[in-house]
Amino acid sequence: MLAVVHVLGSMLMLFSVTYSLPMATSLIYADGLLVDYVAGALICLSMGGLLWILTRPHKRELRSRDGFLLVSLAWVLMSAIASVPLMLALPGLSFTDAFFEAMSGLSTTGATVLVGLDDLAPSVNMWRGALHWFGGMGIIVLVVAILPMLGVGGMQLYKAETPGPVKNDKLTPRITQTAKALWIVYILITVACILALRVAGMGWFDAVFYSFSTLALGGFATRDASVGYYDSVSIEIVLIVFMLIAGLNFSRHFVAWQQKSLRAYATDAEAKAMLALIVISTLAVSLFIWQQGVYGSFWTSLRHTSFNLVALAMTCGFVTQDYAVWPIFAPMVMLMLSCYSCNTGSTGGGIKMFRTLVLFRQAGRELLLLVHPQAVQPVKIAGQVVQNQIVFAVLAFVVLYFGAVVVLTFALLASGLDFMSSFTAIIATINNAGPGLGVVGPASNYQSLTDFQTWVCALAMLLGRLEIFSFLVLLTPAFWRK
Amino acid sequence: MKIIILGAGQVGRTAAYHLAREEANDVTVVDVDDELLRDLQDRIDIRTVQGNAASPKTLELAGAGDADMIVALTNSDEVNVVACQVAWSLFGTRTKIARIRQQAFSRRSELFVSTEGEPPTQLSGFAVDMYVSPEESVTAYIDRLIRYPGALQVVDFADGRVRLVGLRAIKGGLLVGQPIRAIRQHIPNVDARVAAIYRGGHSVDPEGDTVVEHNDEVFFIAATDDIRNVMAEMRKAEDPVKRVVIAGGGNIGFRLAQRLEEDNHHVKLIERSPARARKISEQLRSTIVLNGDAADEALLVEENIDSMDVFCALTNSEEANILSALLAKQLGAHRVMALITRPAYADLMQSGPIDVAISPQTVTIGSLLAYVRRGDVVQVHSLRGGTAEGMETVAHGSRGGKVVGRMVEDIKLPEGARIITVVRGEQVIMAHHDTVIEAGDHVILFLADKRHVEQVERLFQS
Repeated sequence: MLAVVHVLGSMLMLFSVTYSLPMATSLIYADGLLVDYVAGALICLSMGGLLWILTRPHKRELRSRDGFLLVSLAWVLMSAIASVPLMLALPGLSFTDAFFEAMSGLSTTGATVLVGLDDLAPSVNMWRGALHWFGGMGIIVLVVAILPMLGVGGMQLYKAETPGPVKNDKLTPRITQTAKALWIVYILITVACILALRVAGMGWFDAVFYSFSTLALGGFATRDASVGYYDSVSIEIVLIVFMLIAGLNFSRHFVAWQQKSLRAYATDAEAKAMLALIVISTLAVSLFIWQQGVYGSFWTSLRHTSFNLVALAMTCGFVTQDYAVWPIFAPMVMLMLSCYSCNTGSTGGGIKMFRTLVLFRQAGRELLLLVHPQAVQPVKIAGQVVQNQIVFAVLAFVVLYFGAVVVLTFALLASGLDFMSSFTAIIATINNAGPGLGVVGPASNYQSLTDFQTWVCALAMLLGRLEIFSFLVLLTPAFWRK
Repeated sequence: MKIIILGAGQVGRTAAYHLAREEANDVTVVDVDDELLRDLQDRIDIRTVQGNAASPKTLELAGAGDADMIVALTNSDEVNVVACQVAWSLFGTRTKIARIRQQAFSRRSELFVSTEGEPPTQLSGFAVDMYVSPEESVTAYIDRLIRYPGALQVVDFADGRVRLVGLRAIKGGLLVGQPIRAIRQHIPNVDARVAAIYRGGHSVDPEGDTVVEHNDEVFFIAATDDIRNVMAEMRKAEDPVKRVVIAGGGNIGFRLAQRLEEDNHHVKLIERSPARARKISEQLRSTIVLNGDAADEALLVEENIDSMDVFCALTNSEEANILSALLAKQLGAHRVMALITRPAYADLMQSGPIDVAISPQTVTIGSLLAYVRRGDVVQVHSLRGGTAEGMETVAHGSRGGKVVGRMVEDIKLPEGARIITVVRGEQVIMAHHDTVIEAGDHVILFLADKRHVEQVERLFQS
């Protein structure tokens, strides 16, 4: 336990470095908030340092169960600490709201409780963008990349934070190098996105901010109208492309980069399934809302559907149109897509395409067995056999996932929220997508929720980001038994 | 160095563990058993690839394209040889090491051609740079232990000219109860050096005035011919071993019996399986092969276990080895040894009634480690179940460096590391505090803590 706190201390010390982004922004734009970030960084640094020094005698190699505790603790504690500068810079913001905002940033949900984003100081926005960006590839993965002393413990941490059912696929022999490789790819793509957005017509600040938000599949915006503010087709196209890139497995990007060829994607069943699903549903929804007469021309409805659908399906949550006023079929399809579309090892949330494929193949196998009771039919994805153990793990995950959705939805219903808002708020937060429907719809935000409801949503984000297991295991008595 | 290990069996796992522990190595392990790999990856920081080790596809997945070394340790000689050949022909892997178990292969060394640094040409044999035979090394190791009654560990340095011996000091030895420096008066013409003393599991610094106590575990180094004399200092001189019982007629047991009967020992071998017992009895000359259970009290008594000098339990099951060795000891066998793989069991047993716990993997890993760290490291031996290490390395650099031209006492070694012997050309010099290291010397060190290996290596390279 204390050994976990020891590593946690070093993580917090490292986390204090991330404050340099808003600090620099504050210096450049002279918005007078510098002292708030310095205070935040110092609190973070000293707290981490204190924990680190006090627990030094208990230093030891991490075991697999330590990973879960450490990751959950780190995410909660970092969100709490990251809310400090928000409270300092925005007087009147309650801790509940600040924590929600920080958790929403780190977990790359992108749901906000702040109104008047357009008038927010640039450094505050940069802090929100930075939280997205660091949370996207994963703070823990970054720690594993930078702190080599974790050794095998690093693998346990990596497994506890990285999404997806198959986590033993290392890109390189050493876990540190794997983590480094992923971060380097992440950084390179971010830079490419910044340049592309700049060319498409954004200012430098917005280009950086939206790149952070896009690559992490977060969804924070610098305007209340989100991306709709720009009303620019080229910006929307750039964002769609990069959201799709971020929704793919970053290991694939790394392999493709290493082999200097796109072959890696061609063999990726998950990527192909995701793209097919997105293309088909975009066309279907565009046709549908065009038929319903929401927009005059097919091309307009295609433009708005493609951006908003991709943004929601990739669990990013940018908005250009108030799609809540579209016939309910359309936003519901988009929200459901957010559960399934993102790939394993992407920065997005939800059940992930790989698990969806496994479930369908498993269902197909059961059907086949009804017809041929003697058939031997392993579950295969792209010709690779998926071990039964993984199939079971996927089933367990999906049960827990929907269980969590039901329980949390009931919690919101009990607190007096209407059904549409409760259900979509939970779906949107547990998938780390952002906007739901009803009072938390694309045109409004989570401001109107009560404190209790805000905490429930924050919990849903944490559950979603850590893929439920890593957090839920802490609640089992077996975990704490000596 | 990028290393691919083929086979996650006992030897492969140990090799992966030791190699990955050194920061500079990136290790990938290949095996057909998925579950074994998953378990392994949870314990050590390595990558694993599931598949047939000799298949070009698997090797490519494992990164043979840019690997520096491939170590084929599967339990099939054929797979190992083919894997090495494939790695060489398709990927040009520089160093290829294969485990060769069958003597029919290993005795024909012309089958294997070292290709290191050569361009791909027509080879007259398989592209294997070095082959190891774990069974052979373990047999040789047990053979040495039997030859030195009382020894816990015997390892060679400087091409066998000096030996490092570990043993338990027993009342009755001349030096027991006296300071180490008294050894010069007892045997003036023998040059020996005490490398380490372990008392109750902890290391004690062996200075000139350190008193050797009863039950200490002492490591000393001396010229090969002087070993018996020095051993007499630590425990009462014992008669040479004559009668040996071997339990388990597997690869190691069978080979040991062969070696021992050549030297006219009286050997009895107990083997459980009738078919195997019949097979080895056909190939052995004077050994009496008994078909039965090594833990069968009646059988042991019948075969006069109480008058046996050594009882060696060498079956595949370490639990069976421990139990039968305990039983043999209780029934009066003079000295009992057991093959024990798990370090934790070995620790438990060695301080108790079992005289020597042989850990096969530490024996095998030595030659591999030396090859991996090659260049400057000539010989490496794992000691005390892998926690300590004996190392022979070449001192490089010019005078005025960190090592060369300095006296032993001025060299800043990490904690627990000690220079014990210097080999200069043909000359073997026991290191004293004022011995000066010359460039090109082979320096033999004892490292009480294996974690400092890299530090020592770096010191000697600069």
